[in-house]
Amino acid sequence: MNQYKADLHIHTLLSPCGDLEMSPRNIISAAKQRGLHILGITDHNSTFQAPLVKELGQEAGLFVLCGAEVTTREEIHCLAFFEDDHTLQLFQEYIEDHIPHIPNVPEKFGYQVVVDREETILQHYPWLLINGLDQSLEEVAAKVHSLQGIFIPAHVSRPKFSIISQLGFIPPDLDADALEISRHTTREELFEQFSYLMRWSIIQSSDAHFPEDIGLVYSLFEMEKPTFEEIKKALAGQDGRRVIPSKSLQKP
Amino acid sequence: MKVKELVEKLGLQVFAGHQGLEKEITGGYCADLLSDVMGNSQQGMVWITLQSHKNVIAVASLKELSAVILVNGVKPNADAAEQADAEGIPILGTSARAFEMAGKLWHLLTT
Repeated sequence: MNQYKADLHIHTLLSPCGDLEMSPRNIISAAKQRGLHILGITDHNSTFQAPLVKELGQEAGLFVLCGAEVTTREEIHCLAFFEDDHTLQLFQEYIEDHIPHIPNVPEKFGYQVVVDREETILQHYPWLLINGLDQSLEEVAAKVHSLQGIFIPAHVSRPKFSIISQLGFIPPDLDADALEISRHTTREELFEQFSYLMRWSIIQSSDAHFPEDIGLVYSLFEMEKPTFEEIKKALAGQDGRRVIPSKSLQKP
Repeated sequence: MKVKELVEKLGLQVFAGHQGLEKEITGGYCADLLSDVMGNSQQGMVWITLQSHKNVIAVASLKELSAVILVNGVKPNADAAEQADAEGIPILGTSARAFEMAGKLWHLLTT
């Protein structure tokens, strides 16, 4: 079994709160520097910038999961990943159908730009991306799974925009593939507080909005090779595959 | 005041949990973060919110709240309504905003 360092929660300059230095090219070079093998590109309610990061990642020998950090009606942040361009596109259409048409004000919230390889701006996305879709947590989970995607509630114990801050506790029957914790806590702290969460795999990610944050924490995947299917298996703990949050790794 | 009197006086819709309409109201709490409601609400309060998730009922039950008022015309998720019927916690509804509903409730309970 091989080991892969994965940071599955990275914003690009498309997110209004993402630094303009978070261009696809800069993200790939920072990830290489930090020794990561797998990246997840998760802009707020948008998938537009992820395919270019994937393309540059392929050229640099990195595996990139394309997805988004969706805000549900309850204002819970959730990561969603898709295997191919087709399902990613279908999920983008779902977002477009459900995002409120409230214009972004870049001076207040930040720029929402899509760039090309040369970092030329192709588009300013019009609607504010940090708003909640008019879809519940369970509806988003069901949509992601109908597209054979991966659904992971983000930074679950953070005091804002998390499933625990918004809903008080995680519904035990939630259809999630894993739970994510932020860089500020550990899996052990989470399980100490909420022991019933032990049935889920826990990933840890940087939620990077600046290049220097990429890979600050990560998830170590033990699996055969870096593919979407293997990642799914590791999250499900199948066939000897597993995932370990970086802060829970044994120190040598 | 009982929940059913509140329903009559404010013209609220009753979505679910009818068997809890006899509950006595001791006060109100207004929040959309369930973690906050778990920490700060008290037994017998009416909870004004726009969250319609089934966890609302779990929190209301845990804290022994008298009823939930959904504002802005929000309707409960189907599983929330089911849970409310099972637990006997009324889910009420109004098209009014939280500010207006809290003001009316405050007025009813204090004058």
